[in-house]
Amino acid sequence: MTGIVVVSHSRPLAEAAIDLAQQMVRDGGPRIEIAAGVQDPETDQLGLGTDAAAISAAIEKADDGQGVVVLMDLGSAILSARTALEFTEPDIVERTRLSWAPLVEGLVGAVVTAASGADPAEVAAQAEVASEAKHQQLAD
Amino acid sequence: MTSENTPVSELGLPELTTWLRRCTELVDENAPYLTDLDAAIGDADHGANMQRGFDAVAGILDAEYEDVQALMKKVGMTLVSSVGGASGPLYGTFFLRFATSAKGADALDLHALFAALQAGVHGIEERGKSMIGQKTMLDAWVPALDAYQRAGETLQGAVLAGAAGAQEGRDASGPMEATKGRASYLGERSVGHIDPGAASTALLWEALADVVRPGGPTPDGEAGADGETRADGETRADGEAAS
Repeated sequence: MTGIVVVSHSRPLAEAAIDLAQQMVRDGGPRIEIAAGVQDPETDQLGLGTDAAAISAAIEKADDGQGVVVLMDLGSAILSARTALEFTEPDIVERTRLSWAPLVEGLVGAVVTAASGADPAEVAAQAEVASEAKHQQLAD
Repeated sequence: MTSENTPVSELGLPELTTWLRRCTELVDENAPYLTDLDAAIGDADHGANMQRGFDAVAGILDAEYEDVQALMKKVGMTLVSSVGGASGPLYGTFFLRFATSAKGADALDLHALFAALQAGVHGIEERGKSMIGQKTMLDAWVPALDAYQRAGETLQGAVLAGAAGAQEGRDASGPMEATKGRASYLGERSVGHIDPGAASTALLWEALADVVRPGGPTPDGEAGADGETRADGETRADGEAAS
């Protein structure tokens, strides 16, 4: 099954978005890994931020051989996700898609599509369609 | 490392380590300044992010490194993992590309250092999909590289010229309108504020200049001078904001 990686500045934000998306698939969903926040060495707490090495590790963990779709929030999440591909195993990079879909809408679309067994290209495409659906709903 | 009489003609592991330590010091001293700049046009975390990143870099400098590439790669990986904000992947990519360019070298002379710096800057351009004139750190990096190349007869002369170029570039970022990064949400309201990334890049160059300056970095004596530099920067920033 295509794996999913959620990249966010905030771990609670990533966890909540996943809770919401998993309502759609309950037990049968894809593997979802989180790469969110940065460790503050002084307080040892997870602060807001993104970590390219953690994203790379999450991609490798989410891959079962079929590939991975990465959804991310904004700003450094995008730069860090692209940087992560530089030190991810090339075979896995080949089957990894970074999706431009907004995090919440995209994640719901991606999780449902991945659960059907679709490949990363199709999962990424459906994540992106999910944001279009919102546009349509408000257009009327 | 450096002495009064023999100008530095190449940067080996000791000099590069000194550079990185000096970066850590300057980032620490200037963290409130960087955060103030970022508060004006961003999310007010650049000082804290850079401090966290370079504190982490300071933590890896005591290890043994086989060559320049190994050290700089470790620096890049440390920054991408610890900074948290956009400057993490950008500075991280700079050092990773710098490392690749320095492959196999035990020390970098005038030309090898230029090649490494240029590879790093191309990495930033590619990663950020950005170019000079968009109110980003590239507005300090690109003029610095140009000045280095123009001055280029001795390593010392080139680096000092590069540092001056970085400062000019930093100041020139003030009147620009941001079209990249968080500041671009502000559009025209970003005009009149120095870009925080350009300011931190100027600090990295200042640190490099300290390494090659005759006599090398003076650990105690320069603390006061740096304070003044920072104060100047703040005055300039305030002046820009008011105009």
